[in-house]
Amino acid sequence: MIEKLSTWLVRYKRTLLIITALLAVLFPWIFSSKYVLRIAILCLMYCMLCVSLNLMAGVLGQISFGHAAFWGIGAYTAAILSKNYGWNGIAALLMAAVIAGLFGLLLSLPVMHLKGYYFTIVTMVFCQIIRVIEINWMSLTNGPLGIMAIPKLSFFGVTLKSQRAYFYVILFLLAAATFIVRKIIHSRMGYAILAIRDDELAAGAMGIHVFKYKVYAIVISSMLAGAAGCFYSLYTSYIDPSCFTNAISNNILVMVIFGGLGNIFGSFFGATVLTILPEVLRGFSEYRQLVYGALLVVLMLVRPDGLFGSVNFKYIEQRLAWKKEKAGGDGHE
Amino acid sequence: MLVQQIVNGFTIGSVYALVAIGFTMVFGVLELTNFSNSSLYMFGAYITFLFYTATGIHFFLAFGISIVLTGLLGYGIDRFALRQLRKKKAPKLSGLITTLGMSMVVDNAIMVFFGTDSKSFENFLDFGKIYIGSAVVTWTQIIILIAACILMITLSVITYRMKIGKAMGAIAQNQDAAKLMGIDTDKIISLTFIISGFLACIAGTMVAMYYRSIDTAMGSSIGIKIFAAAVLGGVGVLPGAVVGGLVLGIVETIVSAYISTGYRDAISFSILILVLLVMPNGLFGKKAINKV
Repeated sequence: MIEKLSTWLVRYKRTLLIITALLAVLFPWIFSSKYVLRIAILCLMYCMLCVSLNLMAGVLGQISFGHAAFWGIGAYTAAILSKNYGWNGIAALLMAAVIAGLFGLLLSLPVMHLKGYYFTIVTMVFCQIIRVIEINWMSLTNGPLGIMAIPKLSFFGVTLKSQRAYFYVILFLLAAATFIVRKIIHSRMGYAILAIRDDELAAGAMGIHVFKYKVYAIVISSMLAGAAGCFYSLYTSYIDPSCFTNAISNNILVMVIFGGLGNIFGSFFGATVLTILPEVLRGFSEYRQLVYGALLVVLMLVRPDGLFGSVNFKYIEQRLAWKKEKAGGDGHE
Repeated sequence: MLVQQIVNGFTIGSVYALVAIGFTMVFGVLELTNFSNSSLYMFGAYITFLFYTATGIHFFLAFGISIVLTGLLGYGIDRFALRQLRKKKAPKLSGLITTLGMSMVVDNAIMVFFGTDSKSFENFLDFGKIYIGSAVVTWTQIIILIAACILMITLSVITYRMKIGKAMGAIAQNQDAAKLMGIDTDKIISLTFIISGFLACIAGTMVAMYYRSIDTAMGSSIGIKIFAAAVLGGVGVLPGAVVGGLVLGIVETIVSAYISTGYRDAISFSILILVLLVMPNGLFGKKAINKV
């Protein structure tokens, strides 16, 4: 079923892209309810986080359990800069990305030679360390109370207040993040990173600078997460350390794996479904998490690679092109 | 003062060690990071509590029933989810996500059934205390430490000396080859999960007695620590898990006594990262050889 769906997706790729883009742009005018818009904004933000994590987990193949740490670092940087120092939105966004990137660099050094579960535990522990610092550094982060009344996002003197405006901001950020990650995957650097994922030693032997590309991938991934964090803090105007726990890191990773590792479309799909699902399950109230967990288990049993993990879109595209060519050729003869 | 802290650290550490042994056993056989281990730990404590308070039977009988049930739950997680994945030759990551999902199911089922408030738990190991110099050691602490040691030795004998252990090692190296040699791989793997369930239940109930209370956060708060303890000692090495757990416990108590309570986890985890920097395979782990 998924294979058929994927073929269909590839066949009508251009039409679907245009329709999706139109829908995305018109969305806040179709649905004006604040609740729906809020969910949509969170959806897009999780999509951005998943796309950024996918670069580290799917493309580089380093399964990180601490992505929420970068998200939190970005959020705290933006909150502190815009509240205490009056920075404007764009500057805060850039700085949040830079600081998160620096922490990414810091993390990439100890994990350089670690693989598999050792990488897992270090990223997990990293997330925990960052959270402990957020809780305890009272003078900077206001501890467990969190930072309140963070100024809303403003561009050149115009403060954004409506949900619609935030929707467009995160839509733009998501588009930019997707563009960057796609560009990277289809560049020389992307192929190098993929080679490192498949076999680090062999990649090194082929002349790929393993260290450099690993650091690049981790830093870029964490910068994008930091930018998403900046958006989050300026959008909700309240953050506290409980937003950035290991459980959230796991959630983001689950979204990526749900959609399929290394697949951007899958990440979008996973993030959207798993953000909306808990809202749909709200009727079950206390059984919500239970059902969510059970669904995860069932999904893994049915499709162990995630929904789109085993689908090779490029192959389908080539096959379709070949069929078309063949059909065209027959017509001429 | 220092002696007292070390004694307390030993107690916490032996609890980490108890759960970490089960975790590391599953890891050693399947190379699977079992996130549901900490849920089994909580499940064990709650089931003991349920049987003891609801039926009024003798405490140690309730404890025994709970151990069996937790073992069964461990078996169930393997039988109904992970075994199916193995049949499909699924990637390792999907096993990990499955255990994560299972852990969510178990945790939330407990929350729904028992409520999220903490419950008081009677201590049946309270045989008074002894004084070593200025330090006070309770019998509960000594019993927890002894239990950890006995279980470690028993399981080490099973895994390193007995036929079952040899089978486990064979499965860890190559499942298909192990099957061809006549090893019933599914049975051995199920057994590993049952043992890890037993250990988690014993640890959970003992901790509940030590702190005299249980709550629904007890699983999630220990989850990352048993993973850390197992990695510190070298994943898959049983004595390593025990040493890792003890070291982690002692470092934690000493840091919170002399440096800072708030930064306790940050400092002890930073030490873990530093250790991994110097010894990428943990304290006792074997060096893995990379092949192209």
